[in-house]
Amino acid sequence: MMRFLLLFSRQGKLRLQKWFTPMSEREKKKIIRDMTTMVLARQPRSCNFLHWKDLKIIYKRYASLFFCLAIENQENELIALEVIHRYVELLDKYFGNVCELDIIFNFEKAYFILDEFLMGGEIQETSKQMVNRSIEASDMLQEDDSSEWFEVELFG
Amino acid sequence: MINFGSVRRREPVRASFTNLWDIDDSSYFLASLRLRMPAPIRLRELIRTIRTARTQAEEREMIQKECAAIRSSFREEDNTYRCRNVAKLLYMHMLGYPAHFGQLECLKLIASQKFTDKRIGYLGAMLLLDERQDVHLLMTNCIKNDLNHSTQYVQGLALCTLGCMGSSEMCRDLAGEVEKLLKTSNSYLRKKKKVPELMEMFLPATKNLLSEKNHGVLHTSVVLLTEMCERSPDMLAHFRKLVPQLVRILKNLIMSGYSPEHDVSGISDPFLQVRILRLLRILGKSDDDSSEAMNDILAQVATNTETSKNVGNAILYETVLTIMDIKSESGLRVLAINILGRFLLNNDKNIRYVALTSLLKTVQTDHNAVQRHRSTIVDCLKDLDVSIKRRAMELSFALVNGNNIRGMMKELLYFLDSCDPEFKADCASGVFLAAEKYAPSKRWHIDTIMRVLTTAGSYVRDDSVPNLIQLITNSVDMHAYTVQRLYKALLDDISQQPLVQVASWCIGEYGDLLVSGQCEEEEPIQVTEDEVLDVLEGLLVSNLSTPVTRGYSLTAIMKLSTRFSGVNRIKKVVSIYGSSIDVELQQRAVEYNALFKKYDHMRPALLERMPIMEKSASNGPTEIVQTNGETEPSVVEPKHLPPVTQPVNQANDLLDLLGGNDVVPVIQNTMPTKPASAGGELLDLLGDLSLSGGPAPAPASSVPTSQPSFLMDGLSSQPLFNDIAAAAIPPMTAYNKNGLKIDFTFERANPNPNIAVITIHASNSTEADMTDFVFQAAVPKTFQLQLLSPSSNVVPALNQGTVTQVIRVLNPQKQQLRMRIKLTYTLKGSPVQDLAEVNNFPPQSWQ
Repeated sequence: MMRFLLLFSRQGKLRLQKWFTPMSEREKKKIIRDMTTMVLARQPRSCNFLHWKDLKIIYKRYASLFFCLAIENQENELIALEVIHRYVELLDKYFGNVCELDIIFNFEKAYFILDEFLMGGEIQETSKQMVNRSIEASDMLQEDDSSEWFEVELFG
Repeated sequence: MINFGSVRRREPVRASFTNLWDIDDSSYFLASLRLRMPAPIRLRELIRTIRTARTQAEEREMIQKECAAIRSSFREEDNTYRCRNVAKLLYMHMLGYPAHFGQLECLKLIASQKFTDKRIGYLGAMLLLDERQDVHLLMTNCIKNDLNHSTQYVQGLALCTLGCMGSSEMCRDLAGEVEKLLKTSNSYLRKKKKVPELMEMFLPATKNLLSEKNHGVLHTSVVLLTEMCERSPDMLAHFRKLVPQLVRILKNLIMSGYSPEHDVSGISDPFLQVRILRLLRILGKSDDDSSEAMNDILAQVATNTETSKNVGNAILYETVLTIMDIKSESGLRVLAINILGRFLLNNDKNIRYVALTSLLKTVQTDHNAVQRHRSTIVDCLKDLDVSIKRRAMELSFALVNGNNIRGMMKELLYFLDSCDPEFKADCASGVFLAAEKYAPSKRWHIDTIMRVLTTAGSYVRDDSVPNLIQLITNSVDMHAYTVQRLYKALLDDISQQPLVQVASWCIGEYGDLLVSGQCEEEEPIQVTEDEVLDVLEGLLVSNLSTPVTRGYSLTAIMKLSTRFSGVNRIKKVVSIYGSSIDVELQQRAVEYNALFKKYDHMRPALLERMPIMEKSASNGPTEIVQTNGETEPSVVEPKHLPPVTQPVNQANDLLDLLGGNDVVPVIQNTMPTKPASAGGELLDLLGDLSLSGGPAPAPASSVPTSQPSFLMDGLSSQPLFNDIAAAAIPPMTAYNKNGLKIDFTFERANPNPNIAVITIHASNSTEADMTDFVFQAAVPKTFQLQLLSPSSNVVPALNQGTVTQVIRVLNPQKQQLRMRIKLTYTLKGSPVQDLAEVNNFPPQSWQ
């Protein structure tokens, strides 16, 4: 399963953090520090896999953002790369040509999308369309906010 | 289920105004008050403002201000803006500022009816809380209600949060709800179930899950099954029945045409494929039947998958892993290894890395198959990427065998030259190991070692030095060649300590070969004794040498005193270092000095060539006490110091032992069956004069057991420090008859004043030598006696020399020293035997 997912800029500023196992604040901060240092120190053409403690770290750079995913040792690294790519595609579809600013100003949306795609350290939904539809529907619910609920069902 | 959603829309809501209409009179007043205070700024604005901060301090200031505003807002229980405030708080949390005061607010948001609130509330809960804090339990009830909510998205949110951070208590409480949801036909929600430890409850439901068409559900079910199998082996048997079903699903996936929903670069739903493969791996692991059922599909996946994109390779990778783990047939395994071989040629670094890692795992089991790709692997040594290089190095070492050792070693040595320092230590150790196992010839072995020492000498591990020394000692015919090469290396460079240590040891041992120019293997060099001594002395004074290295070189210099002719220079060096600041050097120098002065006759025996050592099984335990001389090797190994210093250190140990009540049977010899427990058996002498207990004289001084002399010297050198004390006790003549005179000289062993160390000097004034000379002694019961081996068993005629032997007497009760001695020798062909009693000990010797 995945342990955590971090997004940070080239300067090391954190843009998103998702932890799939409980950890204390101190541990989280330490991990963030370690990850940013390690990943930012990598040569541009080196391979995308690292070893850190007993985990494998998969990282990929998209424009000015580094996506850093930690998986357990027996997981498949190549498919983890695909997971990262899929998440980027989802963001792209939602925001339309997503860039770092989108994620900065709409971080809560980024989280919502992530929560539709991954849960508990595993992939939840493998279909892009399904994820997008759920997010759209939830957004509409949000816009629609009032004291009354309306029945909304998923497009099949 | 296909439902068309219908959403009735309302006009967009302006929060501040509409809320007013909802409030009753009493809060109307409050609300109007609130309106007069500035509303908390919107999230986006906050973000924008913070981003304009140019320094860390500025940012902190802004954040603090905002935090204060938020806090007061929370205090006022402002429902309207709580959501916004919490969102801002979350942003600040991400920047790294503390946000725990928002935790309760999140709970309130969750309890709210508005979807927006709930969304942010749950997000906040997931970010700010975790299952280790008690606060989260408060959420349980909220989650429970939301799980039963009529809107699936709310249920979804609740499930998600539960999945993210539910503790086991929470899960237990809510398991019933989750299970209920499982049974609903709503596919959206069924995806979101997450299994804690309550497997049994979900067991019946899972069986139906695999028949789902929806990929999302399928995926999560497979994950669920995998998780169950991993946690509980009994489940394995249960789920093995599902293998055919899984195989069918996988087949459909591969065979099905283009499906836009799940397609990734032409492959349908790779995530699901990978998951299924993984589950198949777990199910087939030690089970022949399941593995059998999977064989076809695995072969199909392996051959049909597109490899041009990463996705395809990801699936292939998983397939290979599965093939390796289950009990697949050999054809399939070869196919898997070939796939890995193809990966190695791929341009993509990640793929090469993955291939090397997997090959490393399989090299033990499928050695021959991996050998075929050896050249590609060796090429990877030259890759630029650090991780790839490391994997390639490990794999290369694993692939070395008797056939390819020369070629592989060439590549590996080249790699050693050019690699980063972090690799050098491991590479060097690897090279040594491989060379030891597969060296085609001794000369090649020595050459390889030399190469490693000269190129990566400072990175070689410390424990390699004794191993190398042992190796060199055992290659008897290569001594001259080795010492010559090491000497030449020393001339070039003395900074690499392991090299210097090995070299100085060798020069000390084989210096005579070096000087004599006897080398057969290559052109012998002309070296004079002085040049050699120059080099060794240079090591002693150089700043580059560590204390250990200095110890090595001092000992080497000492050893050369028996191999070289010019002893004076050596004597000088040794005496200079007698006052060195370094305690270790000082001790050695002093003892070597003593060797020159007092025990010169023993020096040759002491410093002679080391015999072939046996490889000790472990480098560890010190076995000081042995009952025969052949114990030399195991005694030498443990201390990682050159052997000559061994005896001295041991001496200290022995003395400590002697300080106690027992006399340690440390006397080695050629009577292996008789550990000389001096005390008891010698006492028999008093009654019965059989030849027991005493150290067998004659062979003791013969060559192989030169150890005895070490020990003896060690012991007798102890009194060195007591020279002053010893001088107080006058010597005496114990026996003087028939031309044989035996004198006793005394020293007191310092640590224990109860021990008297007596050295007997036997001299022969007759015209003929006394051969087979044996001296034995016995003391009364209150004493304990230890007899060490004599210097010789021939007392030369006409007082031309003496035979010396050391006796140690333990006298705890400080009684008057009495001794009975027995002498046997052969004079002019006839055996002579005599008994005598010695009572004239000077009082100082036993008081």
